[in-house]
Amino acid sequence: MTWIARPKFHHASLAKNEAGCTRRDYEGAISTLCAGCGHDSISAAIVQAFYELSIPPHRVAKLSGIGCSSKTPTYFLGASHGFNSVHGRMPSVLTGANMANRDLIYLGVSGDGDSASIGFGQFAHSIRRGVDMIYIVENNGVYGLTKGQRSATADEGSMLKKGDVNTDKPIDMVSMAIKLGASFVARSFSGDKEQLVPLLKAAIEHRGAAFLDVISPCVAFNNHAGSTKSYDWVREHNEAVNQLDVMEDHEEIVLQQAPGTVEEISTPDGTTLRLRKLAQDFDPTDKAGALDFLERHGAKGELVTGLLFVDRAPKDMHQHLGTVSTPLNVLGEAELCPGSKTLAAINASLR
Amino acid sequence: MDPTDIANPDYFHRVVDCQWACPAHTPVPEYIRLISAGRYADAYMVNWKSNVFPGILGRTCDRPCEPACRRVRVEKEPVAICRLKRVAADYKGDVSDRMPPRAAKKNGKRVACIGAGPASLTVARDLAPLGYEVVIYEADPFAGGMMRTQIPKFRLPETVIDEEVGYVLDLGVELRAGQKIASLKQLLAEPYDAIFVGCGAPRGREIDVPGRKEAAANIHIGIDWLSSVSFGHTTKIGKRVIVLGGGNTAMDCCRSSRRLGGEQVTVVVRSGFEEMKASPWEKEDAMHEGIPILNFLVPVEFLHDGGKLRGVVFQKVHAVKDAKGRRQLVPNGEPDVTLECDDVLVAIGQENAFPWIERDIGLEFDTWDMPKVDPKTMRSTHPRVFFGGDAAFGPKNIIWAVAHGHEAAVSIDKLCNGEDLSLRPQPAVEVVSQKMGIHEWSYDNAPSNDARKKVPLRDKEVALKDIRMEVELGFDEKLAYAEAQRCLNCDVQTVFSDKLCIECDACVDICPMDCITFTGNDPEPALRKHLRAPALELTQALYVSGPLKTERVMVKDEDVCLHCGLCAERCPTGAWDMQKYLLEMTHAGAACRS
Repeated sequence: MTWIARPKFHHASLAKNEAGCTRRDYEGAISTLCAGCGHDSISAAIVQAFYELSIPPHRVAKLSGIGCSSKTPTYFLGASHGFNSVHGRMPSVLTGANMANRDLIYLGVSGDGDSASIGFGQFAHSIRRGVDMIYIVENNGVYGLTKGQRSATADEGSMLKKGDVNTDKPIDMVSMAIKLGASFVARSFSGDKEQLVPLLKAAIEHRGAAFLDVISPCVAFNNHAGSTKSYDWVREHNEAVNQLDVMEDHEEIVLQQAPGTVEEISTPDGTTLRLRKLAQDFDPTDKAGALDFLERHGAKGELVTGLLFVDRAPKDMHQHLGTVSTPLNVLGEAELCPGSKTLAAINASLR
Repeated sequence: MDPTDIANPDYFHRVVDCQWACPAHTPVPEYIRLISAGRYADAYMVNWKSNVFPGILGRTCDRPCEPACRRVRVEKEPVAICRLKRVAADYKGDVSDRMPPRAAKKNGKRVACIGAGPASLTVARDLAPLGYEVVIYEADPFAGGMMRTQIPKFRLPETVIDEEVGYVLDLGVELRAGQKIASLKQLLAEPYDAIFVGCGAPRGREIDVPGRKEAAANIHIGIDWLSSVSFGHTTKIGKRVIVLGGGNTAMDCCRSSRRLGGEQVTVVVRSGFEEMKASPWEKEDAMHEGIPILNFLVPVEFLHDGGKLRGVVFQKVHAVKDAKGRRQLVPNGEPDVTLECDDVLVAIGQENAFPWIERDIGLEFDTWDMPKVDPKTMRSTHPRVFFGGDAAFGPKNIIWAVAHGHEAAVSIDKLCNGEDLSLRPQPAVEVVSQKMGIHEWSYDNAPSNDARKKVPLRDKEVALKDIRMEVELGFDEKLAYAEAQRCLNCDVQTVFSDKLCIECDACVDICPMDCITFTGNDPEPALRKHLRAPALELTQALYVSGPLKTERVMVKDEDVCLHCGLCAERCPTGAWDMQKYLLEMTHAGAACRS
């Protein structure tokens, strides 16, 4: 616990974005998590991504469940809307909120306990429905808030701090998300903001269910030699398939002098994803290929990171349901309740 | 870049900008923290050890520390370091039992000091407790030098001078007041092991324009006039006074005139207002007392009626750059201006004068007729004669005189112990972790957002009536605490251990000033550009670690670090620690000898 507030002073070079905000305007309260927690780095990456995209903080709703990860929305976007739900129930609340007001950007923050155990069903259905959201799992493989019992994402063969070896199979959240129909799926590492921030920006810009699995070491309980979610293990086994740049439509595309071929994926909203391929045999638009790649490389003990799958023509829940473009929460009584005559006509049409 | 060598005492010393800028290297944040804690006597003694005259300097110092203060780069105004020093002096109570005892046994060495100003008194303070027999010769009837004769009493009360000069004399120093040295050769013949010349720059520069001689009765040399006022010989001046010159002496002259009957006092400077040598706060104080400062006017003639001064004629000039790019003042063609007056005070500079030093005693002078003095050892070309203060390199200020005094005392001590003077002692350095608990530090690490506090002044009407009435009232304890809390504790250093770092980014994420970056290594110019926030202040160092596990290095730009300790609080492995770096200069005594 840090007792002092973060000082108001800032570096002279701190600049305002197009929304008139500095990066500091996207911060929240000071973190109460353990020192060195990967989650704090993810919070910093979220701050950076929203700042770089010039999104006014009040256009964002951040929702979470229970756990260390679900505490973090307090520590970023202090001027955004927020909802801290019951354990594992963030996806339902987010779905409902999105149903009522489709104009906001929905950021669901969850952990491996909140999403892979108690909220596994909720996670599955929100993805399956294509809710337009950024769903982040801050994945550390343990229940940090209850002193480090292993979670459902702990790898087979990995050890707890006291040496107990895991014999259960792990849930691979990215494979699940791809299989369940998420239209944007990525995996990253809290200790690599150069990879994480562009992925977050692409996920924010994506219109559909965007899922991010972020490996986030728990320094208190899962950052030891037998762990597969430690800073050292992730750095040693990280296999990034691509490096992403998010180009907004007005930006000039300047090719960098870097190895690997470059692929551009245009999205319907005018954003261009520029991907520098690091693994030549990986195509993020090939769903079956991506699943196969994850399976094969996972079996070799590699942690595959980067943009893993993106649907070139995503559809979201509102498109599935054919809802009006005006958010339901601003419709008047006349529009929402057309009267008994209309109801009778609808009923008649179904007979 | 190569990893930073933090074992070099200069590295962290430079981070403490105020202490680095102070000629005497007073540990400023250390005494400011003691003031915050209400430990005024301790704060006073930290000062006394380092700069000998805390009460005097707390009112009159030229404060090179303040423009250097990190607060200037972080916020706007520096911590009021100088006036906090006065707080320590004001509230310290009786410190006589903390003063060093008189030497129990003399060491048989004798030192003569010429002039009883700050430089000589510092030499005496450093040497007397070691057993040296120190004799100070002073032409005036009292000790204190320019602190007593030239600084007006409304800025520096006599009691403060008496007290602090007294602490030095009480160490068993012999003062031979009223005894002017007329010949150095003669003094050298006396049984002294070393002679220290601290006689100041006693001659005010003359002005040579028509009418100067004829109207001499009403044209006074600034420092002589101030001295005469100080000793009570001069108690009156005309109603209309013109002060020529733009230095601190001119400011003292005009403000003194206001108190001795001057109703219409004007300062006139040759160059621009901005180019004036006076400290900004002294200019402010003068203007606050209703004294206008006119600039770009060069005096060309004193007007008089048969010897009775009636005005000064000024030529209007402006500044242009000549072919070599040097700034020059040339007439701008406008008609001359005449200002009427009853008295003129000439404060256009001071000069050294050594008519009493014979030129055949092995003491060499340079082309400007100044003695050749080694700036490190303060020794002249005569092996037993040392210089310090204004006598050494021309007019500076009290704190420089003190710094010279300390160095000269070290040299004299080494000389008397048969040591090589060029081997200077290292400072004493103490580095202690400030960690008290998981997230608790033994200093207040939350930076204060307060703006600089103003020192309360006595009401102008009252202040202008009595030349001995101190204008500044000083901070009260509450204001002093608030001002002391503005100090960023720059001496509590961020110390990084690369072996412990797990590169979790926690320090990068929390740093409010974006000081910390983990990056691939590069030469310094390239590195400065691609940090999290560009490091454009080239006088401020980059702290670079050795290579980490990922081959990257940690780079910290020291420039605007708040020393808030958040990096260390958020560090899971203790790779960052906040360590207090207390550096004290080594003065004369066993520690200075090799």
